[in-house]
Parts: sequence; structure tokens; C-alpha cells
Amino acid sequence: MKVRDFAHRLGLDVLDGNDGLDGEVTGMYVGDLLSWVMSHAGKGSAWVTIHAHVNIVAVALITDLSCIIIAEGVKPDKATLDKAEQEKIPVLATEMTAYEVCWKAHEILQAEGVC
Amino acid sequence: MNFDSIKLQYEIPANNFTAAGEIVSSMKKVLSHLVINPAVIKRVAIAAYEGEMNAVIHAGGGSVEVTIDPDKITVKIADQGAGIPDLELAMQEGYSTAPEDIKQLGFGAGMGLPNMKENADVLDIDTRVGQGTTVVITVYIR
Repeated sequence: MKVRDFAHRLGLDVLDGNDGLDGEVTGMYVGDLLSWVMSHAGKGSAWVTIHAHVNIVAVALITDLSCIIIAEGVKPDKATLDKAEQEKIPVLATEMTAYEVCWKAHEILQAEGVC
Repeated sequence: MNFDSIKLQYEIPANNFTAAGEIVSSMKKVLSHLVINPAVIKRVAIAAYEGEMNAVIHAGGGSVEVTIDPDKITVKIADQGAGIPDLELAMQEGYSTAPEDIKQLGFGAGMGLPNMKENADVLDIDTRVGQGTTVVITVYIR
């Protein structure tokens, strides 16, 4: 399922990284320990985090994640958005908790036969 | 692989998290252009990023030298920081000496060195207290 459609169905705000919206979401991953995320998140996952600093873009890039979802109303700084645009990594934002994001994402991704 | 040895060099400035991300991003692009297996690139990128973060957090920056040979990728990260007094302890997952502000950024969980070991085929660490640390990560291209 394309990041663009996924973001729309979940009602997420697309903050940046528009060039990556045609990437495929192949799963979900949640976590805030960056080393752990890098070593465990699967390629193509949509990653839910409460971090908003620029390093999340590096983590997404290294791990080949499809997009970053910043949950719980946390706002990313400009450096994060600029870097995300440059690396074509969509940054999506929501007021939902990480749990709510995953719960809704599960319903959508399961219906689409993704995971 | 149809290329000669390629060398990339970078400086890691002190207390600059953005720069470490830039290095790994640049390195990843070069490796992708050489059509190296994405799984190998990912292992190199994780190990290198962890090493760079260690240099930023603990050693006031350092330097990175990446050598891409037809059969292997070598990443050498050198700093002139405080060195690691007890390397065996530092290699244990969960052991961390990172300050609280770094932990709040999602780093410093004591996973850096274990992650480097897990992703490297060979990990050489030469550390001297008061002089600095040099880490050499080797990943073979199979």
C-alpha cells in the first residue's frame, strides 16, 4: 500500500518528504530507542515514534523505512523536515498515541492484505 | 565487482548529530551506486552510524575513512577522546555511560557497540585511556 494512501486513510498530516509518498508500506514498527529500531525494524515499515529530531531521518534511511509517523502531537524541527525532504523520506504527524496509530493501521493494512 | 578500491573520508564534528547522519547518507549512496547487496549496505550503515554516534557522544567527534574493495567494505572511525577504560564492560548490551540529555534523544541505551559487533564481520577496537579510540569495522561482500 502506497504511503500516500496509507497517510490519507489514517488521517495523518504529511509534513514533508513528498517525493517518497509512492513508496510501499509493508509493515509497522514502533520504538524510540534508535539503536533498537535500526537493528529490528523491517524494510518498508512505517515507523511510529515520539522523537522528532533530525536523527530519525538517518535511522529511516539506514533501515529503508517507508515513512516516519511522529505520534502524540510532537512537532519536528525544521532541520528534520529539510533532511527528510532531501532524503525523500515522508514525515507524517498525528495527535494519536502510538497505540491508536498501530491499531488503526492494523485494520487498514490487514484489509489490504499487507500484514 | 568491477571496480578498484574506493576511499571516502569524512570528519565528524563534535556535538553535531546532523553531520553523522549526513556521512551515513553519503556513504549509502555511493554503495548503492556500486550495486552492492542492500543487506550488506544496511549492515555497514548501522555499524558505521553507531560508531559515528559514539564519537559524537563520547569523544568530541573524530574522523571516518571508508574503503570499498571488491570483496569487502572497511570503515575506520578514529577519535581522540577519553578512551574506553573497560572494553569488556562497554561491549555488554545495556551498559551505557551516555549523559541523560543524549538518552532523551533515543541514544545511549548501551546498544551501540553490541550493534556494531552484530553487524560487522570483523570488529577491531583499539582504545587507549586518555588518548582515544580507533574502531575498524569490516563487512565482507558475498
